Amino acid sequence: MHQPLRVRKYRIFDVGERSDYFSDASGTSLDNKFIIDKVSQKSYLPANRVILENIKRNPNFKVSFSISGLALEQFEKFAPAVIQSFQELVNTGNVELLSETYHHSLSSIYDRDEFETQVKLHRRKLKDLFGVTPTIFRNTELIYSNEIAKMAEEMGYRGILAEGADHVLGWRSPTFLYKPVGTENIKALLKHYKLSDDIAFRFSQRSWSEWPLTADKFGGWVSAHNGNGHSVNLFMDYETFGEHQWEDTGIFEFLRYLPEAILANPDNDFVTPSEAVERYPTAGELDVPNHTSWADTERDLSAWMSNDLQKQALDTIYELGKEIIHVDDPILQEDWRRLQTSDHFYYMCTKFWNDGDVHKYFSPYESPYEAFIAYMNVLQDMRLRLSLAKKREEHGISLTRLKPLRFSEM
Amino acid sequence: MAKQNLPSVLMFGWEFPPFNSGGLGVACEGLSKALASSGVPLTFVLPFKIPISVPWCKFVFANESDLVSEERMKRLFAGYQSHSENISIKNTVTGLPETISGDLIERVRAYAKKAGSIAEKNKHSIIHAHDWLTYPAGILAKEASGRPLITHIHATEFDRSGSDNINSEIFHIEKAGFEKADVVVAVSGRTREKVIEKYGIHPNKVKVVYNGIDFSQNSASIEQNLDKLKRGGNSIVLFVGRITLQKGPDYFVSMAKKVLSCEPNTFFVVSGSGDMEEEMIRQVAREGLSDKFIFCGFLRGDELARVYKAADMFVMPSVSEPFGLVPLEAMISEVPVLVSYESGVSEILSSALKSHFWDIDDMADKVINVLRHKKLSTQLSKNGTEEVKTIHWKKAAESLIEVYNSLNHGFSLPIFSSAPASASTQVSYF
Repeated sequence: MHQPLRVRKYRIFDVGERSDYFSDASGTSLDNKFIIDKVSQKSYLPANRVILENIKRNPNFKVSFSISGLALEQFEKFAPAVIQSFQELVNTGNVELLSETYHHSLSSIYDRDEFETQVKLHRRKLKDLFGVTPTIFRNTELIYSNEIAKMAEEMGYRGILAEGADHVLGWRSPTFLYKPVGTENIKALLKHYKLSDDIAFRFSQRSWSEWPLTADKFGGWVSAHNGNGHSVNLFMDYETFGEHQWEDTGIFEFLRYLPEAILANPDNDFVTPSEAVERYPTAGELDVPNHTSWADTERDLSAWMSNDLQKQALDTIYELGKEIIHVDDPILQEDWRRLQTSDHFYYMCTKFWNDGDVHKYFSPYESPYEAFIAYMNVLQDMRLRLSLAKKREEHGISLTRLKPLRFSEM
Repeated sequence: MAKQNLPSVLMFGWEFPPFNSGGLGVACEGLSKALASSGVPLTFVLPFKIPISVPWCKFVFANESDLVSEERMKRLFAGYQSHSENISIKNTVTGLPETISGDLIERVRAYAKKAGSIAEKNKHSIIHAHDWLTYPAGILAKEASGRPLITHIHATEFDRSGSDNINSEIFHIEKAGFEKADVVVAVSGRTREKVIEKYGIHPNKVKVVYNGIDFSQNSASIEQNLDKLKRGGNSIVLFVGRITLQKGPDYFVSMAKKVLSCEPNTFFVVSGSGDMEEEMIRQVAREGLSDKFIFCGFLRGDELARVYKAADMFVMPSVSEPFGLVPLEAMISEVPVLVSYESGVSEILSSALKSHFWDIDDMADKVINVLRHKKLSTQLSKNGTEEVKTIHWKKAAESLIEVYNSLNHGFSLPIFSSAPASASTQVSYF
């Protein structure tokens, strides 16, 4: 679960005049409060209600959530009921929370120190709100590589989530756990993308041969893996329930009957990622030298860094960071982190723009070019603030160096 | 599905390149060529005899055909005849070839008078008329042959003159054209809306067929003087089009001033002429921007191609633009474009920047960013060039053939299999 802080329409003439980059209040898709309100009503609240009822009816039903820090802080601010309902879910003991970067960033690729900082910020947020400490890591958009697994291991995680991409697995099944190459104590859990996407993408597709998808049918597909795997990992956007698949598609009914349909087979049960890691051995090594993710058909990084606009924006924000982290200006630093959220770069993607694809659906901007322009204008303002902060600091240092003046010495 | 017999089209136009003053002629050329290459037999009617021939269709000139009696005409146009004395319209606004003088409405009527006999002499199953200048002709042709009429609208009277200043006689000719038509074809969604709202035409009857453009590489060399400016570290922002109210030249100047406040090494090049040209030059002087503007008059062909080559950015701040072909020319020349949302072409472009014509800050912001970020300008020009290749006349022709076939459907009898005279029963009331 994640909601970015979308950058408002910010023009070159705003540079040096205003620094409220995320404050759109137009009631459109750039208005962060508006989006949180809408998605909470359509998706998070009703889905949480169904899951809570499911747990009450089936004490063996279990679910895990990875909620970005930016989503959590926006709920606190705009929709506290969502936080309460998650607290209620976590208190059942059947719900596990996973670790990720607070700002849902690409820092795992660009800046290791920053990556660790954001993971720590997220851990603190989970502790504050839910009183839990996660043991399993899932990176932004399921971005994964040997190196990221190694970093997660070094941070003390016992498990990490990844996409069960064909080009990584080959003939092997995502229903086993694997040992990432170069690690000792961490296990990789791979997304069963076929079954996950049956729900997330195909559920309401009338042209799909399996439409309509019932919980019983789906339970049968899950059961078919018995004897040939340990766990079927269904990873998806939580917005699947009610936002990507609207209520009238029957998605909440599906969710409501899923536990019974799966538990109808006595060989099945539900486990959280940490229980799976505890319970099952690895079935071999997993070698992923190049990054994978769950985005687009390529399942690589091209959704965020395939064109020159994205590369320039990313290079610029991380270049700025080299100085920003050394300046004593927490607000500037927080803005810098908010601008690292992967969504900003996703909106600049031109891969399929002309075909009106999924990037267009998710983008609040008229075009990738306009996303780039607003973002780069903001970075211009950030640069200005940075130089002001540096000046202030120099000024502050020279003031403390100056001895107090006494009349007696004059 | 077996390929059905394609309709044969009697097309009424007003001008044709190279004897054209505006986009109407260009559109007629592109459409007729693409229709013909899709196998549609086409007769193209023009009001005046001009020395022209193209390989894809036959031309008929109205001033060479038989006359319809004056009395029939009077009956047909009784509704708006009374206004005719006061009408005087500038040639440049309407697309009337410069060589032809005289009262425009009279010319339109004279054209229409010949339409009936042209329809009787030329085999066709569909009548297709372009803009109000040809609608009376189209209506009379329909009365003569009884074939379905398509009125194609490239620009309404509201687009030409702004809402306060419309010529009511022309408005009524347009309205009659839409009402008598079996289908109205509009060049954009926004033009379609106008036809529905301002003329009260039923939405089901109005279809959108976007214009296209023939892609051919701009291999011209860069304009010399502009090249010198660029070598000196300056950027070029380009305006191409008639300098009239509807094209928003005043917004272009205001935008230029804003751009210069951030990017002082920018020159603004204006190609075109029109009734606001002097006013634009005065505005530039008033704002103290005279040394940053270059007015090069109306350019076409190679001269224009050389200016495109020099441009770093093309801006079309049109206040009202039914379609707007010029940005597509710029895209062919690999120039990043900014178009107003108030243009029809903005409905189909993805690889372009868009602003409202009145949003000076937004336009200036976008221009400045393109001038500042090489990567942005490269992406726009690269993707724009790819995109413009897909906006071809063939696509427009395919949509039109669909419209033709939907109308053709009602006729089970082979059309005009016997002598053309058979149509005379349908015009007996003349």
